[in-house]
Amino acid sequence: MTTLLDELTALEQEALTALEAVSDVTALTEWKSRFIGKQGRLSRLSRGLGALPADERPLVGQRVNALREQLETAFAAAKERLEAQAIAAELAAERIDVTMPGRRPAVGYVHLTNQILRQVQHIFAEMGFQVWESPEVEYDAFNFSLLNFPDDHPARDMQDTFYIEMPAGAPSVLLRTHTSPGQIHAMRRNAPHPLRVLIPGKVYRNEQVTVRSEMMFHQFEFLAVGRNVTMADLKGTLSFFAERMFGPGTQVRLRPSFFPFTEPSAEMDVTCFLCGGKGCRICKYAGWLEIGGCGMVHPNVLRNGGYDPAEFSGFAGGFGPERVAMLKYGIDDIRWFYSGDQRFVEQFG
Amino acid sequence: MRVPLSWLREFVRIDLPVEELARRLTFGGMEVAQIHRIGVEGSPLPWDPELIVVANVLEVRSHPNADRLVLADVDYGADQPHTVVTGAPNLFPYRDQGRLPHPLKAVFAREGAQLYDGHAEGWVITRLKGRPVRGVMSDAMLCSEKELGLSDDHEGILILPDDAPVGMPLRDYLGEVVLEIDLTPNFARCLSIVGVAREVAALTGAPLTLPDLQVIATGPSIIGRAHVTVHEPDLCPRFMVGLAEGVKIGPSPFWMQRRLINAGMRPINNIVDISNYVMLEWGQPTHAFDADRVVNRHLIVRLAKPGERLTTLDDRDRDLTPGPESGLTHPPLMVCDETGPLAIAGVMGGASSEVRETTTNVLLEAAIWEPVQIRRTARGFKLPSEASRRFERGVDYELPPIALRRCLELMRLYAGATIAADFIDVYSRPWQPITIDLPPAEVRRLLGLHLDSHTIADILRRLGFKCTIIGNTTVGDFAMLATEPIVQVEVPSFRQDVTMIADLCEEIARVYGYDRIPTTRLADELPPPATPRAIELEEQVRDLMVGAGLTELITYSLIDMALVAKVQPSEAVPERYLKLSNPSTPEHVYMRRSLLPSLAAALAMNLRERERSTVFEIGRVYLPLAQPGKDDRWLPDEPRRLAIAMAGPRQAESWLHTDRDWLDFYDLKGIVELLGERLGLADRLSFVPLTDDERFHPGRSATLMLAVERDPRGRVLEQQPVGVLGEAHPQVRARIEVNVPRILLAEIDLETLFVHAGQAVYRPISRFPASTQDLSIVADETIPEAQIRAVIQRSAGEHLESLILFDRYSGPQVGSGKRSLTYHLTFRAPDRTLLDETLAKIRKKIISSLERELGATIRG
Repeated sequence: MTTLLDELTALEQEALTALEAVSDVTALTEWKSRFIGKQGRLSRLSRGLGALPADERPLVGQRVNALREQLETAFAAAKERLEAQAIAAELAAERIDVTMPGRRPAVGYVHLTNQILRQVQHIFAEMGFQVWESPEVEYDAFNFSLLNFPDDHPARDMQDTFYIEMPAGAPSVLLRTHTSPGQIHAMRRNAPHPLRVLIPGKVYRNEQVTVRSEMMFHQFEFLAVGRNVTMADLKGTLSFFAERMFGPGTQVRLRPSFFPFTEPSAEMDVTCFLCGGKGCRICKYAGWLEIGGCGMVHPNVLRNGGYDPAEFSGFAGGFGPERVAMLKYGIDDIRWFYSGDQRFVEQFG
Repeated sequence: MRVPLSWLREFVRIDLPVEELARRLTFGGMEVAQIHRIGVEGSPLPWDPELIVVANVLEVRSHPNADRLVLADVDYGADQPHTVVTGAPNLFPYRDQGRLPHPLKAVFAREGAQLYDGHAEGWVITRLKGRPVRGVMSDAMLCSEKELGLSDDHEGILILPDDAPVGMPLRDYLGEVVLEIDLTPNFARCLSIVGVAREVAALTGAPLTLPDLQVIATGPSIIGRAHVTVHEPDLCPRFMVGLAEGVKIGPSPFWMQRRLINAGMRPINNIVDISNYVMLEWGQPTHAFDADRVVNRHLIVRLAKPGERLTTLDDRDRDLTPGPESGLTHPPLMVCDETGPLAIAGVMGGASSEVRETTTNVLLEAAIWEPVQIRRTARGFKLPSEASRRFERGVDYELPPIALRRCLELMRLYAGATIAADFIDVYSRPWQPITIDLPPAEVRRLLGLHLDSHTIADILRRLGFKCTIIGNTTVGDFAMLATEPIVQVEVPSFRQDVTMIADLCEEIARVYGYDRIPTTRLADELPPPATPRAIELEEQVRDLMVGAGLTELITYSLIDMALVAKVQPSEAVPERYLKLSNPSTPEHVYMRRSLLPSLAAALAMNLRERERSTVFEIGRVYLPLAQPGKDDRWLPDEPRRLAIAMAGPRQAESWLHTDRDWLDFYDLKGIVELLGERLGLADRLSFVPLTDDERFHPGRSATLMLAVERDPRGRVLEQQPVGVLGEAHPQVRARIEVNVPRILLAEIDLETLFVHAGQAVYRPISRFPASTQDLSIVADETIPEAQIRAVIQRSAGEHLESLILFDRYSGPQVGSGKRSLTYHLTFRAPDRTLLDETLAKIRKKIISSLERELGATIRG
């Protein structure tokens, strides 16, 4: 009996020592069959149990079972360790350089002008304004006289307006110089219902092209007509727009100005969104940026649109998305907008 | 308009700092663009009041050691005269004549004074330092205009008027602040100092003090000694003439010259300067004729006759007949004598009757001209003048007598004139005052501003309106309970721009302050919904293109034929285009009929900077009507189009060795297919080979066709082309100077697609497994794949879930003129697992249809 117990002890030591030396799965499998397999050393020793006296058998049997359990546990731990090592080695071999450039999907860009126009449309939509489209090639009357431009207003000078060659007997046709003719179209379509529209689009000016002025650019026009629309509402609308467009806290300031189609008329300034009104290079240290013109729709224009000015009133205004974009991003040359150069468009994601 | 503050102060008291005054004016509608300071604090060269003062030159002596210098003894208010070394040529005539018998006033600067360097190029400030000049100590100087910053004149020293007070700081004597105001067209009344003063009074509450102008007339009456005939009373509502006799032409007084210069005008002589001075002061231009060069002193106002000419003050001989030579669209209105034209009314005088050195008698005209007439003439002649600027904006009908009195009195004082009693006044169309009833409720309705009638009347009175408050009117038998009093407003003659309630509201708003109008949110009824679907779809297409990796460009709507000819020579026919009658550059003359020329040009430009460019544009084209004028419609159609241009490797250059093949037709087609799907038109669009379009490779381009009408079984009854796409023709590539293997172009008529666009169709997702099979077909190369695909789809029936072409082969294994196409078919039923027998049946049906209809065979 002593002999067998001693042998078991010796086996325990030998097996555990051998296991420590095992360094790969193959060796582990060999170890397993050598020590705890069906034909392994432990099995072989346990066969010697039968030769023991009956009173010794339980004790030695317990010892055998305990040793088997011990060795199997050790085996499982070793297996787990080796597997983890194997995976770690495999992963280590698969290491990549994460600092190398990524694989970029081909993505396009919306033109900056349209980005701004979209933003404007969303903001005005929140106040119930709907987008309205109006022709770019327009009758002289819609661009000027119906908007209360006197016949010989300076803005009608040939150097400001592009005219279309027309056959004899045809009315005068031009490229709209502003989006305001859309006011007449929208009013005529909607009168006598209340009206809130936003009219975006291209406009054209026959002017010297410089870093500040283009022959083709965009505007958006907003127009509200109703039985209860005041200049105070215009201020509220502009203030809402400015906060949404240029950020919370942006303030609006109106300065008296002149447009034939509004009375009273105003220029709209907002607190400089770059310096917050403290004064910087962009706002020329004034703290304010001039953004656009606006006013109460002139009674003659209301009448031309089919509304009775004694009953209806309205406000209107217009802005240039290019100017907003130029201020916002510090763009120094308007000619980039329609140059067709992707290097410009792709800076604004 | 440049407004010298000292001049303005003659009419209104100003207690505010100048910056605050400028701010008030700006927020009152007169934008102060700049504040110019001359000599005063804050100017580029402030004149130190201690060091730069008015002095009297007592005596001029020779310099002991220099011929070109003199010594001047000057009294600048100190106990002792001071000796100054100077080289001023205008002092040389007084050299060594002993003590001067008359005052000679100049500007004296002492050591330490800051001045401009008179000899330096440009404007360099230096500090005066004492140093001996040729042995005589020089620690002070007499200043030239340049040294003081008044002008660039450094020929001699500035001589001041005799009455300039000795010892007075120059800053107090000549210092000035000038407001430069940008006036909008509705502020014509402020093209005058008096007009601005009236606004200042209204905005600050200070009283306006206008002088009661009188002229001391000692000559016999003008009546009978001069004559006026106005043939065009509609164009000349008022024509007044006064007469100044025995004038001596000479320079105008120094103070007047300074003010003219500060206001931006050049002094000429006393008569011209007085005319300009009064125009600047009151806003009424006047014109001085040499009375002895007006035949019979008879001024006649009439239109120019055909063939007449006039040499104007600028020495240009002008054709007065409308036409291309003169630039006129209408005959100009002239002031003539009995022999012919003397002046272009309200625009410019003529050379023959101009006031010159020898003039002794002056006929002074002060007239009112019809603004539109003046504007047309000034524009036609390209002759904007200070006079025409005022006349074309409207001059107060009551001004001519005021201006005449002011001018003639100044001529009496400063040109030694004897003034004839009386004026000739042909006032054909007198000013008709208008009265406007203004209920405070209207102010509330338009401005959202709650002001009572007294406040309103007070504001308007400050601007010169006469206001009466009419209270508690009764209507019918009911004594109205506390009816709000209304303000009855009489519009003064200097406010021709005010004709209605809205105009008055603007006056109230700007004087009360735009910043004091409340800020409210629109509370009015919402309008009925109206957004056109096309706008939403356009945004959807834009997002789709961006998602497909294309960058949006916006190119000019105006193009030239040379550009069109590069892309589509047969379209370079000017008659088909709307053309500008006044283009500014030759590149922008015609309204485009296609987006492709400009987008292709943009692509070419981008390809010079990068190897790969994929761009799109959504924009309008301008298609003239087939019959312009029919139903009185003249404007072109402006349909919305989408254009795509692509070139370069499929994927950008990278260490990842991605797909570097060149983009080809199928890349472009894939995008167009996607567009069709997103617009719900996938099953209605087809691609038909396009073989004869000069823009495209004849074997690699297609017309996009849209089925606009189908029968209930889905067969196409009518289809129409809605776009083109393909590989650009090599000649196009060459003409737009692109050096790449191929570029791809597409242009699609979004307007038509949008009309037919549908929405997405939901199909329930089957929970049963799919079955797949491959099918390899050999068919004639000439049979379009779309046809084979259509046969498969039709014969496979409703359970065909997807059909993917995954291989194409032509070569010896399939025989010449043939090709093999291999498809991956996926079948699935919504309600069951498809049985093998069913699938076999379908396969058999597909194969037999292909064999029967297309003569195709199954490979392998």
